[in-house]
Amino acid sequence: MNPVNYLYLAALLFTIGATGVLIRRNAIVVFMCIELMLNACNLALVAFSRMHGNLDGQIIAFFTMVVAAAEVVVGLAIIVSLFRSRHSASVDDASLMKL
Amino acid sequence: MSASAVHSLWTTAADPISKIGAPKIEYGQLSPTLIVVGAAVVGVLIEAVVPRKARYYAQLFVSVVALVAAFAAVVALAAGGYATTKSGIAAMGAIAVDGPALFLQGTILLAGLVGLFTFAERRLDPAAHGNRVDSFAAQAASVPGSDGEKAAVKAGFTTTEVFPLLLFAVAGMLIFPAANDLLTLFIALEVFSLPLYLMCALARRKRLMSQEAAVKYFLLGAFASAFTLFGIALLYGYAGSVSYATIAQVVDGTVPDVNPALADTMGNDALLLIGAAMIVMGLLFKVGAVPFHMWTPDVYQGAPTPVTGFMAAATKVAAFGALLRILYVVLPGLRWDWRPVMWGVAIVTMLGGAIVAITQTDIKRLLAYSSIAHAGFILAGVIAATPSGVSSVLFYLGAYSFVTIGAFAVVTLVRDAGGEATHLSKWAGLGRRSPLVAAVFAVFLLAFAGIPLTSGFAGKFAVFKAAAEGGAGPLVVVGVVSSAIAAFFYIRVIVLMFFSEPKPEGTTNPRSPPPPPPPQKRRRPAPPPGKAGPPPL
Repeated sequence: MNPVNYLYLAALLFTIGATGVLIRRNAIVVFMCIELMLNACNLALVAFSRMHGNLDGQIIAFFTMVVAAAEVVVGLAIIVSLFRSRHSASVDDASLMKL
Repeated sequence: MSASAVHSLWTTAADPISKIGAPKIEYGQLSPTLIVVGAAVVGVLIEAVVPRKARYYAQLFVSVVALVAAFAAVVALAAGGYATTKSGIAAMGAIAVDGPALFLQGTILLAGLVGLFTFAERRLDPAAHGNRVDSFAAQAASVPGSDGEKAAVKAGFTTTEVFPLLLFAVAGMLIFPAANDLLTLFIALEVFSLPLYLMCALARRKRLMSQEAAVKYFLLGAFASAFTLFGIALLYGYAGSVSYATIAQVVDGTVPDVNPALADTMGNDALLLIGAAMIVMGLLFKVGAVPFHMWTPDVYQGAPTPVTGFMAAATKVAAFGALLRILYVVLPGLRWDWRPVMWGVAIVTMLGGAIVAITQTDIKRLLAYSSIAHAGFILAGVIAATPSGVSSVLFYLGAYSFVTIGAFAVVTLVRDAGGEATHLSKWAGLGRRSPLVAAVFAVFLLAFAGIPLTSGFAGKFAVFKAAAEGGAGPLVVVGVVSSAIAAFFYIRVIVLMFFSEPKPEGTTNPRSPPPPPPPQKRRRPAPPPGKAGPPPL
């Protein structure tokens, strides 16, 4: 199968993730959409790696997984602490600071 | 390339260990970063093994020693000629050791050191039950207003984890402007961003605002770094490599030997343009340029003030360093494409930051918008695309970072009964109550405004001169106009401090409406009957 198709899939997943970040309200769902974007990046990197025949892209994909895991640790800690103080994980409710 | 060729790569990688050459690591050239990372790891261990009472001094000692030693290492490298005559590529091409990188690393380390002192300041908050406390939460995991938090405050806990977090952030920032391939760039971006997200959530007072700032910063920051990563993937697809030098060669069309397998993707301009735009977008987010600035005021206002000062200074230095390297090393061949875009970004950043700052009533938000305007001024120097553009931007960053940390440090000093008094009305008449504090802040504001004889003037003159020589004359006109607008609100704060009557404390002024209750005091919902809390002791 032509690896270019995987690039189209990666672009599609990235767009779905970015759209989700913009339209969803629950912080956890927004965060999951960001993870989807990172995984779309991984797919693109691996597809390019295959097309170029070198391993750089696959190495970056490994690093991205580690970064995504670290981001989950930090992000969930922050979101959970927000949820515990407000009893809501909605990003629209967090609006103490406005112009 | 065929499938078997790719699989042959795997088998090559699985060769006996003896056949794989060990990478050559130049420990001496990497020593500033290694020292800071090592100290951060030691800091984590201190949290694990040292008793609570001794942690603060142990952490402070380790952090100060590490930052000073790393700065000494930077100076030694610069004295060794890396800043002027020779330049090195360390860690198998991942890190550049050259003049701009060393200058920025030195600036970040000094900013980190000053930031560290503001982190460690313990004489401002009233002592809680015999223990001196700093501006960080007693126990970050406890719910604001809960019994757990009260117990933690009563026990005099402090969050000494901020010191290793600061060191990790500094380490990432040291690598960021020196990164010489896209993978290192991305990892450094995350290494300094993640501790900053956490530190934003750790304020001792106004904890709901602090947590809100952290969530906003985290979600938007992660969103922006996902864009950066997709841009990296596209540039990798375009060039077949993540090394800055190789990508620049492919952009210029001067690759010595073109791999026929890459003919499909290499030279596909759509990949190049979209990828470069996404990477630059991620960096512009970090510097807070206008279409990507939405996080700046909220995060600057909500984060603990020492963190705001450190973040405002050091992040900007690191991110502009990386932006310079991307634009000048990787994409000089694309100059005619990125310059018009950056023109637009610089103009809206300068004007937007300066105009919106006029309407602000909170000193931290005002400084946030002022930092946006300054990002625009620095971008004007970046656009010059000349050697004088580089040096002027570096000078501006050095001068600006110290003024910023100083200004936020003064903000931590102005207090009332509820902690820091950030509303501008509380600053009225500060010059009579505390002439020294007001005078110092006035000097910082004049430096921000770029009044002659201050560092701000020299910096602005340098970037505008470079921009004018680089053919961006109209940009300089916009810059001067927005400097004038910015000077208005800086001077307004000075007038407020020195020439207006201080509001009497404790009495309500019948003409002005009473201030709204601070929102962080929102009560938790009352427990349902029958499930009352523990009886009072």
